[in-house]
Amino acid sequence: MAKITAGIATSHVPAIGAAFDQGRDQDEYWKPVFDGYEWAKEWIKDNTPDVVILCYNDHASAMMLDIVPTFALGFAEDFEPADEGWGRRDVPMVYNNTDLAGHIAEQLVIDNFDITIMNQMDVDHGLTVPLSLMFGRVSEWPCKVIPLAVNVTQFPTPSGERCWQLGAAIRDAVACFPEDLNVQIWGTGGMSHQLQGPRAGLINPDFDNEFLDKLIDGTDDLRKITRLDYLRESGSEGIELIMWLIMRAALGEKVEELHRFYHVPASNTAVGHVVLKPLD
Amino acid sequence: MRERLYPLEDLEDIPGTTVFTARRSRQAYHLHKFCMSLMDAENRKRFKADERAYLDTFRMSDDQKQAVLDRDFNQLIELGGNIYFLVKLSNTDGWSTQKAVGSMTGMTADEYAAMMRAGGRSPEGQRSKRGGN
Repeated sequence: MAKITAGIATSHVPAIGAAFDQGRDQDEYWKPVFDGYEWAKEWIKDNTPDVVILCYNDHASAMMLDIVPTFALGFAEDFEPADEGWGRRDVPMVYNNTDLAGHIAEQLVIDNFDITIMNQMDVDHGLTVPLSLMFGRVSEWPCKVIPLAVNVTQFPTPSGERCWQLGAAIRDAVACFPEDLNVQIWGTGGMSHQLQGPRAGLINPDFDNEFLDKLIDGTDDLRKITRLDYLRESGSEGIELIMWLIMRAALGEKVEELHRFYHVPASNTAVGHVVLKPLD
Repeated sequence: MRERLYPLEDLEDIPGTTVFTARRSRQAYHLHKFCMSLMDAENRKRFKADERAYLDTFRMSDDQKQAVLDRDFNQLIELGGNIYFLVKLSNTDGWSTQKAVGSMTGMTADEYAAMMRAGGRSPEGQRSKRGGN
C-alpha cells in the first residue's frame, strides 16, 4: 500500500529561485537562507520518496485569469517550468504519477471535495523553487510530483479548516492506493509577507514562530485562524500558510519534528521550513 | 442566516492593504491579460519596442494603460490589479520582485531593502484602521 512517510513545509520565494539559478546562493545575503536547507537536502538523499504531493499556489502563471480553481490537481504526464516574464527556469521537467493522481482525484471527489482537474499546465516558482531547495542542481528530479494548486490569491480563499479537511482526505486516499509507494506531502508558501501597497514588507516573527510551534501539537488552534486573521497578522500573502495545513493534516494526529528553520528576510518574505514525520 | 466569523467589510479595515476579490479581478481582467501576455518572449519584445502601441491591443481602461506606462503599482492595484499578475511587468523590466513591491511603500529601493534586512515592517499599528493597533 502507499504511505505518506514525511511532510515538508517551505517558503517558495521567487528570489530564492533566481539566486539559485544565478549561482548567488553563497552570497552574504543568500547563504543563511540556503544553509537552512542543508539538513533536509542531506536527509532526503536517504529518504527520497517515489512521489511528492506538492501543495503550492499558481502565481497567475497557468490559472487565475480565465479560471480560478480553489483546489486544482495536476493530471498531465508532465509539467514544464513556466516563463514568468524572464524566461523559463533552467530546471528539469516535472513528471507526474498519473495513476496515483487519478486515484486521489477520484477519492477526493467521492469525499465531497469538488476539485478541478488540470490536464495541461505549466508550473511556476511556487512548485519549482521547493524542488530546487530540497534536491539542488540535478538533471532530473529524483521523484514524481503531483501538483496540487490552491487559490490563495483571490478572495475568498479556502479556509484553513477546509484545507485541513482536504489534507485528511488526501491521507485516506493515499492509504487505500494498492501500489507500494513512498509518498511525501509538501506544503509551500509563507511565512508572513505582504507584496502590495504601503504596508508591503510586513513580517511578523511572533505569529510565524507560534505557527511553527503549533504545527506540531497545537493544530486545533491553527485550524481556527481566519482569513482575516492571516491578513492582519501575517500580511496579505501570508495566507499561503493554509497550504501548510493540508500537509500537516495529511500526516495524522501525531508527528515528530525532524528539522526546523526560520529566517528573515528572503527578499520580501520570512522563510520557514520544517520536516515532519508522522508517528501514527 | 448562516454564521459568519466576521463581517466582510472588515477586509477593508487593514491599513495599506487591498484585498483582491472577484470583483477586482473582473475590473482588471484585460490588464491582467496584458500582464500574462508578457510570459511570452516575443510579446515582451513587442511591448518593449512600443509600449503604448502594444497596450492599445488590449481592452484596458486608459487609466490602466497610463498606470502601466508609469509603472505605478499602487495605482494598478487601485484599478483592480493583483501583484502576481503585475510582477510579469516588473520581471519584463528586469526588476526584482523586491524593487516592484518596495515601489509601493513610498520608500526608495535602498530604504526598503534596508528595512527588510532589519527584519521587515512590524505589524504593530498595522493590523486595523479602526482599532489603530
